[in-house]
Amino acid sequence: MAKLIENAVGRMVPVEINGVAAIPFAGVGQHIPSGRKAGAPIRSAADYPADGDKRTDTIKQALINAGLKDGMTISTHHHLRNGDFVANAVFAAAAELGLQDLRWFPSASFPCHAGMIDHMEKGVIGHIEGSMNGPLGDYCTAGKMRGMAVLRSHGGRYQAIQDGEVHVDIAVIAAPTADAFGNATGDRGPTACGLLGFALADSEYADHVIVVTDNLVPFPCIPWQIQGNNVDQVVVMDSIGDATKIISGTTQITKSPDRLLIAELTARFCDEAGIVRDGFSFQAGAGGTALSFALFLRDIMRERKIKARFVRGGSTQYLVDMLEEGLTDYILDGQTFDLAGVRSMRENVGHVNTSPFTSYNWHGKGNFASMLDAVVLGATEVDVNFNANVVTHSDGRLLHGIGGWQNCLASKCTILPIPSFRDRIPVIVDAVTTLCGPGDLIDVIVTERGIAINPQRQDLLDRMRGSSLPIRPLTEIKAEVEDICGGAADKPDLAERVVAAIKWVDGTVIDCVRKIRS
Amino acid sequence: MSRSGEAGKRGPRVRSDCWVRVALENTGGVRVELQSRVAGLFGPRIESLVADGCAAMGLEHAVVTIEDQGALPFTLAARLEVAARRAGHDLKAPFLLAMKDHCRGESEPGRLRRSRLYLPGNEPKFYVNAGLHEPDAVILDLEDSVAPAEKDAARCLVRNALRAVNFYGAERMVRINQGERGMEDLQWIVPHNVHLILIPKVEAVDQVVQVEQAIAQIQQEYDLKAEVYLMPIIESAAGAWRAMEIAQASKNVVGLAIGLEDYTADIGAQRTEAGTESFWARAQVLNGARAAGVQPIDTVFSDTNDMAGLRTSVLEAKGLGFVGKGCIHPRQIRIVHEAFAPNEAEVTQAKRIVVAFEAAEAKGLGVVSLGSKMIDAPVVKRAAATVAQAILVGILAPEWRDEAKGGE
Repeated sequence: MAKLIENAVGRMVPVEINGVAAIPFAGVGQHIPSGRKAGAPIRSAADYPADGDKRTDTIKQALINAGLKDGMTISTHHHLRNGDFVANAVFAAAAELGLQDLRWFPSASFPCHAGMIDHMEKGVIGHIEGSMNGPLGDYCTAGKMRGMAVLRSHGGRYQAIQDGEVHVDIAVIAAPTADAFGNATGDRGPTACGLLGFALADSEYADHVIVVTDNLVPFPCIPWQIQGNNVDQVVVMDSIGDATKIISGTTQITKSPDRLLIAELTARFCDEAGIVRDGFSFQAGAGGTALSFALFLRDIMRERKIKARFVRGGSTQYLVDMLEEGLTDYILDGQTFDLAGVRSMRENVGHVNTSPFTSYNWHGKGNFASMLDAVVLGATEVDVNFNANVVTHSDGRLLHGIGGWQNCLASKCTILPIPSFRDRIPVIVDAVTTLCGPGDLIDVIVTERGIAINPQRQDLLDRMRGSSLPIRPLTEIKAEVEDICGGAADKPDLAERVVAAIKWVDGTVIDCVRKIRS
Repeated sequence: MSRSGEAGKRGPRVRSDCWVRVALENTGGVRVELQSRVAGLFGPRIESLVADGCAAMGLEHAVVTIEDQGALPFTLAARLEVAARRAGHDLKAPFLLAMKDHCRGESEPGRLRRSRLYLPGNEPKFYVNAGLHEPDAVILDLEDSVAPAEKDAARCLVRNALRAVNFYGAERMVRINQGERGMEDLQWIVPHNVHLILIPKVEAVDQVVQVEQAIAQIQQEYDLKAEVYLMPIIESAAGAWRAMEIAQASKNVVGLAIGLEDYTADIGAQRTEAGTESFWARAQVLNGARAAGVQPIDTVFSDTNDMAGLRTSVLEAKGLGFVGKGCIHPRQIRIVHEAFAPNEAEVTQAKRIVVAFEAAEAKGLGVVSLGSKMIDAPVVKRAAATVAQAILVGILAPEWRDEAKGGE
């Protein structure tokens, strides 16, 4: 069993992950490594076709050409979301080649990747370092994965590649449109997804880069979100994904009156706290509550004739409407969630393609996340110290990836609008099951039963004094919810064995996930 | 012996509810077979709740099967009790959880009843957050929103909700069924601090008197002191014809409401947007209520997506003299309150009248006048109510008198 050590937030974390030493979380902003960044091997243009045609017939052949061996790391990316065919095709080919003990390093996984369980059962994949949802999450928390899973934020993935924590042997990039040289874009083609920012680091740092497309265009592919100069091979498939599952036709705002109430309280809080003013910026996700928040905020902005300087996406119809109505100068988009977002990215100069490098990376010379005036995020649990969990359910099961969540906590005001309980399970607890975000960075928790401000934010408490909004201590809301639910939930029955490590944005270990005893 | 009974809802789409089957046995004690979405987190507590319930009901030998989708304790308790009753078990006592302190407050006859949010009686998932949307009242409905086969389940659930759910200051109303069934409803509801009973489809004074007497009897039996107010609903031509008598039928009637779906059917008309077909009935209910000194309450607005239409409808109702509207969706509440709020001109005039009255009172004058006009007492009273409502909805500061003095 791995040796554990207590980190700066009081969590016992492994000192070694899959045989490599790990550094325990030392506090926000405390881990400042030195040295030089990792780099891709030197290549020469002489080794590549002068006519620019880098096509290989099949993924299998491309993997052979790339020199795939047992134990190597293959990365894929989640911009095709639950419609992705490429990651499955890659590991099907690897299985046919009889490879063993590969490390899969996706930027996120989706239910469509449940077939990876079979590859893990057969030893083709040794372990996964990426988000784990649904069946993969259950497989992991049941303790069936051979190696230890590692969950990172989008920015943390960039950090891990840049400082050499993860060396990517082969990056396979699914491209909705590409040319034979390897220039690639996500904003057009039958499986258009918007942008390819999650693959940027891999394209620059992997030993070998394969672009897979189902829409080959003559050189040049314009725009080129991925540069062909970083690409070794191009493979054309019949279809790289199921367009209906890549993006939704329209993203839906919530119809639940309780969620709408939470969203409205969040927007009114932003207004009363002085966050909503000319030139401000915000980020909200594409969940129902976050979308509704954006709509309530839009109404406030319209009424008070306020214009934002920029909004960070996940872009949706609603953000696009705000851009086109002139309520914001820019959308800095990290991921496109619906057709309107994809269209806008093609058409609007103010709808800008970003990546975890610009937005979230710890090893960048700064990043956008800390410049945001407010960010609105979800959570599965929060505790009385404002720590939050975003990866596990209260019963200990892994059910979400970290995404950009940890990175966004750097904003000037981090707000978590969440229901105070779900299915009888209180969301406010004494100590979160898995600590993904330290309370030092979480400023406000908005529930349908009141708004709790982190006592560390005396400035916000002062500004909200005398407000008509229901500002309450978090412990008071917690007590009310426990009265409704019949007490706090019991703790899940967890084994000693660590099945997944949770990395902080700087690469240190902030917490871990344990096997669930069945 | 293999008698059994089932209650509640089952299936993966169910939320905040559960399905319970009680099979009566001759021996073996109580065995619980629990499947729960929250088993790992609340399993032992669900089992101990079942044990408490069986002990309270005198159920000694049974197999209790539960499929739970995150039901709260008041719901679990209600489903268990109804399953036991349906199994034919002769209850030693009902399974009552302790009444929570926040369920104890009383109401008063003249309170604001601008918005009353209807909650279907057998749908526990809507209960717990209803009060957060700040309606003036919630209506736990035993009548039209409950299928005939579930009337017993709804009664038990509503009773438990009255003892457990915090409605955050909203008046606690229950709409009972018509006739005999309604009388039985009262047995379940009145002992648990219901504030107001809505009586549906009232056509005659007798119906109100019957309810009043039944309530009085239960109050005596349980030694209850708090008043239970009444709000008859007029839903027919006969009811509209006798609106005033009905409003005067009991001293506990505090409001008279109209329900137009049934009324238009009763007179053989179609319900139109313009509403000319129901104008007489609404005017009749309004005047009947005013003549009896109780609140006239308008019908519901049934398109939950049309907020602009709702606002227009409330403004029209307010223009006619109504003071309340039924709500069937929480998002309607704010619109209703905004539309019923006095407008700027009304507030300005009301402030002037209140100031004039207070000045006259201070000088010991018996007559209040504003400019050259004499002001009657009912006008002063209405002005004070307007000012109070303006403060309540936040369009007038509570310390407005200071500002008025400073400015003049």
